[in-house]
Amino acid sequence: MAKRAAPEVNAGSMADIAFLLLIFFLVTTTMEKDSGINRKLPPIEDSEEDVIIKQKNIFTVLLNGKDQLLVEDEIMELKDLRAAAVEFLDNGGGTDADGNKCDYCNGKKDPRSSDHPDKAIISLKNERKTSYGQYISVQNELVAAYNVLRNKRALVIGPRRGFADMNFIAMQKSYKDVNWVGNKVKLKELIDQIKKEYPQKLSEVQ
Amino acid sequence: MSKFKKKKDGGVPAINTASLPDIVFMLLFFFMVATVMRDNSLKIENRLPSASEVEKLEKKNLVMYIYVGKPSSQYKKTFGTEARIQLNDKFAEVGDIAAFIASERATKREEEIPYLTTSLKVDKKANMGLIGDIKQELRKVNALKINYASIKGDVSRNKQ
Repeated sequence: MAKRAAPEVNAGSMADIAFLLLIFFLVTTTMEKDSGINRKLPPIEDSEEDVIIKQKNIFTVLLNGKDQLLVEDEIMELKDLRAAAVEFLDNGGGTDADGNKCDYCNGKKDPRSSDHPDKAIISLKNERKTSYGQYISVQNELVAAYNVLRNKRALVIGPRRGFADMNFIAMQKSYKDVNWVGNKVKLKELIDQIKKEYPQKLSEVQ
Repeated sequence: MSKFKKKKDGGVPAINTASLPDIVFMLLFFFMVATVMRDNSLKIENRLPSASEVEKLEKKNLVMYIYVGKPSSQYKKTFGTEARIQLNDKFAEVGDIAAFIASERATKREEEIPYLTTSLKVDKKANMGLIGDIKQELRKVNALKINYASIKGDVSRNKQ
């Protein structure tokens, strides 16, 4: 009994153990990434001073308890909302607060519609019985309207600043991307400029 | 005496399973790394609406979740069928939101507080009345950054 080889460990059940752990992690895992529509709520202000806004600069969207849409006193289908909002925002019929004309708007310059994208406000009102799904649909269409305009603008002025073939969404994505190679300072300037030219003025009535 | 021996017909040879644990371990490590543990179990129905203009929420540790929806079937008897709020693991009222936000803020560092986002995970069948109340409550405690959680998809799916 001098020497005996160490007995081999039976590894046959290793697979079973590993499977057990694997199944545990499979069950507990959540793969989905959180995504959604970002919004900012208005802060509560004590002073209730009324700002006078011309009726033509407000785009009223009413959503009633039966999920029907009333846009500018006319019944509208959800699919037409985006185009209507784009037309309103991009109208550029007058001047902004400083008296400058909108030289980048492509709208009809209708004097009865909004003066300037800087002045144009979308007002969204819903009732208590409105369903959340419909509300998100409307929010989505309105955000999409802004994105349409910003994308269009980005494709126009982007190439002049050395960012060709990039729409606004792609610019924002690149700006956040750590691996993106390019001048981020210039990109940020461009993003901010586009945001200023088409500011998101979406107010919700309580 | 043939040079080539005839094969013995011993049936199908056994498959070598020695590498099976390796494969399973590989899968296991993938899931262990990719996993995010569910931090609270849902007591409500939560079918999120779809939207095409969604943005991704980054920095998961700086997000507070408010769930809204109908109580799921085993809670229907005690909590009814109207949409309710769920905070952490419990059903809550609108008035509890302020305390919830305060307690969430207390667990974060002071410089992180302005970046806290409230993610509203609301069932698409819920009424806007309740959401309006929640938003009003959030405004009161100055938690203004919100995110309407939604799945990337076409808005037409919200009607079903």
